[in-house]
Amino acid sequence: MSTEIATTVKNEEWKASLTGESTWVRWTLIALALGYLTLFLFVPLAAVFAEALKNGLESYFAPFQDPDTLVAIRLTFIAAALAVPLNLVFGVAAAWAIAKFEFIGKQLLITIIDIPLAVSPVISGLIYVLLFGAQGWVGPWLIEHDIKIIFALPGIVLATIFVTVPFIARELIPLMQSQGREEEEAAFTLGASGWQTFIHVTLPNIKWSLLYGIILCNARAMGEFGAVSVVSGHIRGLTNTLPLHVEILYNEYNAVGAFAVASLLTLLAIVTLIVKTVIERKSGPAQSAHDPAWSPQPGSPS
Amino acid sequence: MSIQVEHVTKRFGTFTVLNDVSLHVQTGELIALLGPSGCGKTTLLRILAGLERPDEGKILLHGNEVTDRQITDRRVGFVFQHYALFRHMTVAENVSFGLRVLPKAQRPSPDKIQKKVNDLLALVQLQAMADRYPNQLSGGQRQRVALARALAVEPKMLLLDEPFGALDTKVRKELRRWLRRLHDELHITSILVTHDQEEALEAADRVVVMHQGRIEQAGTPEEVYEHPATPFVYRFLGDVNVFHGRIAHDETVHEEMERELPPGADSSGEHEVTFVRPHDLELSPTRTTTAQLEATVRFVIAAGSRVRIELMSKDSSQTIEVELTKERYRELKLRQGDVVFVHPKQQQTFRMPGPSSG
Repeated sequence: MSTEIATTVKNEEWKASLTGESTWVRWTLIALALGYLTLFLFVPLAAVFAEALKNGLESYFAPFQDPDTLVAIRLTFIAAALAVPLNLVFGVAAAWAIAKFEFIGKQLLITIIDIPLAVSPVISGLIYVLLFGAQGWVGPWLIEHDIKIIFALPGIVLATIFVTVPFIARELIPLMQSQGREEEEAAFTLGASGWQTFIHVTLPNIKWSLLYGIILCNARAMGEFGAVSVVSGHIRGLTNTLPLHVEILYNEYNAVGAFAVASLLTLLAIVTLIVKTVIERKSGPAQSAHDPAWSPQPGSPS
Repeated sequence: MSIQVEHVTKRFGTFTVLNDVSLHVQTGELIALLGPSGCGKTTLLRILAGLERPDEGKILLHGNEVTDRQITDRRVGFVFQHYALFRHMTVAENVSFGLRVLPKAQRPSPDKIQKKVNDLLALVQLQAMADRYPNQLSGGQRQRVALARALAVEPKMLLLDEPFGALDTKVRKELRRWLRRLHDELHITSILVTHDQEEALEAADRVVVMHQGRIEQAGTPEEVYEHPATPFVYRFLGDVNVFHGRIAHDETVHEEMERELPPGADSSGEHEVTFVRPHDLELSPTRTTTAQLEATVRFVIAAGSRVRIELMSKDSSQTIEVELTKERYRELKLRQGDVVFVHPKQQQTFRMPGPSSG
């Protein structure tokens, strides 16, 4: 027994010294990494809750009794509830097309998908104002037919969709490319239709990346500030989303209220990440797409 | 089911992968498509399966044209080089996939599917692995699962794309013998794509040697090995010594070479290349009427069932490989640096267009 322990310890020592770095170098690097995480991630996150709870629970919950806050929450959820499913369908379709087929204009499509990441969100919002605003291209026609897009819910949803387009597609493309087409081809030769192949073969292989893409997309949809700020018009109780509401409260020197609403957004983000981790754990190792044993098989040389 | 490939041409961009290929496969035959990478053999297989479409030509299965038919209508079993097992399904789920995606009317009952899966797993000797996931299996086991999966839909033909290419030599040998026995039991028309000549010669009824998108030669393993139709086939099937006409310095050998040429051939302006297999070369310690080519022994590799000897020709400094039986080697008492005289027992000469370009 004791010899066993001795060998383990020796192994650990051997592993630790594998790279030949001295102890102080290792500890300095670890300390640097932890310090960085604390300073830039943990402290700000803690500050949000500390500020929000500064004056006790009563003042913490006060902003949530405000009808304007409730409207902002509702609006944020509506925008995300529309943007995420639409981008889910588009992202999967685009990734499937890009990863599994060759067609003219493929590079162009990849570039277009990336545009929302490259362009400042304010400009993304402005695009819609230029298109649908009173002085915009189709603005007069919209006014004539009494359709409101800018400074209304449709504009907010459109801007949210625009900025969240890349998240799911970007998450899926590299994975689907590395998985190749062989499994789909095998399914075809076994008599499966295109739809059956997608449901039974493609989808199970990408589900974890897909889930991760949805979470990123959702986080961005709920948290988007710049683009939504341009198209919403900041009408209190009408076109204010949660991030815009936080800003308004803060500008009114209602720091506690601002941080309380901000903590709600933060909680939403944390909850989605916890849900993801739980689902991943429950699915078991053999099926996880992130299982190292599932790293892409070597490409066919012939 | 018989397979007819008629004048099939396939291009990828400007590159012609298959150039006017025609091939007939009889019902129940096991054919090997043999050739180096990039010769078009895999593309031909994928065209047969319906995974690619030919630019020109026709595919007939059992006399019916299927060139434009969907993959699903062809009843083809396809086995991929890298297995292509569904990684999120167990072995049993993989094997039953083809049955589970059948339209409701044709789909067997769950009990029947279960029984079929058990039978197939017994056939590939993997009953104990039914609940494992593919990543818990070895390469050889995975490929057997892939084969069981392909057989589950009772295909009329079986297409195997370098099925043992990713496996180590020992497993490969076992599996190709096993495949041959399986074929003798089931008699499914099968096409095996491989770049391993040993695999092709050992497993197939007929070997089709391909090179640069064309069929160089088709015949029984014995035919293609003993009577290669082209210099390429000679080189590709086994080791060979190539003499670029320089051997003509030697009168005797030259006469033999002449005999191999077609009657009435005018050899002027054309280059002659003579091929001799290492085991078709005989060595003698002294110059005789037949053994005239002088060479020096450079290496002797005595490990293995036969002794391989590397010689250097005195005239051309060319390397010559010779394979001798152990008995003959002991008789000759060869050592590094010895001078010997080489005599071909069997050879074949090809005429190449243009002088000395081969």
